[in-house]
Amino acid sequence: MSAPRRPTDPPPGSRLRSSRGDPQGLERYYVLTGGRSGPGGAASSLDVATLIVSRTAPVPGMQHEHEEILRRCRDPLSVAELGAHLGLPFNILAVLLADLLDAGRVEARDPIPAHDAGRGPDLALLQEVLSGLERL
Amino acid sequence: MKVMIAGGFGTGKTTMVRSVSDIKPLTTEETLTQASVGSDHLIGIADKAETTVSLDFGKISINDSLMLYLFGTPGQERFWFLWNGLFKGALGAVVLVDTRRLASSFRAIEEMERQNVPFVVALNVFPDSKDYPIDEIRDALDISPHIPVVSCDARDRASSRDVLVALIRHLQDRSAVALESR
Repeated sequence: MSAPRRPTDPPPGSRLRSSRGDPQGLERYYVLTGGRSGPGGAASSLDVATLIVSRTAPVPGMQHEHEEILRRCRDPLSVAELGAHLGLPFNILAVLLADLLDAGRVEARDPIPAHDAGRGPDLALLQEVLSGLERL
Repeated sequence: MKVMIAGGFGTGKTTMVRSVSDIKPLTTEETLTQASVGSDHLIGIADKAETTVSLDFGKISINDSLMLYLFGTPGQERFWFLWNGLFKGALGAVVLVDTRRLASSFRAIEEMERQNVPFVVALNVFPDSKDYPIDEIRDALDISPHIPVVSCDARDRASSRDVLVALIRHLQDRSAVALESR
């Protein structure tokens, strides 16, 4: 009996690589994440407003979704937008981002901290937001 | 930076995100599986192995380096537990209220207070809404006197923008008070 192991990327041409005929729903997510249900390490602090920026170009043989993330994040993109574009729920996307973060292929930029401990948001920053809104 | 748009089901959260966003609003999803929830949460959805809750969001470019992300919280309150981290790091929140159904936003207000998220209350005026004095509504919602209550039309970009302006001014006031008290 062999121990369970993380599935490797499906070979090119495999039906798992195309969006048609993919397993649906939870089964699809299971395949995408290799059965992992939540990110650990670098990705555990990811937020929907965290900005993701690629640090490398996609390389051949990469998992399709990883490739897609790298392509879409040439300019900083929020995790929420990325999830919407890829049609992936947050927790599944976070697992995929964890892989890329661990490999140093993407960088995660924290959203501007809204509140410094007990001090409330920065007044200059609020003024900037206010001026921006008033120009709308 | 992110701002949350909260409120009861059908109070106009999605409408507001849509009207004020620079981009076509998007939807991101969270998947809820039977394995990940306690049985209490499955009441009414017991026949489903998988339920998806959606989060609408939009963004406003403040300037070249600043982007304001707006997130509408899921309408079904029973899914809020999924978004425990959602309010973390948020600048603040708008709680939308339909004056014809005040009670539908009680939970959202409680949640802001519990999570210590600064917020303003926006009364979304529907065509058949009665004109209640704001003080009466403030009483009915049982919110403290320093929380701004404003009226708006969530379908209107300028009106929704004004709600965000009210929120930012409220945050400025809070910060000023915090600075003085140091």
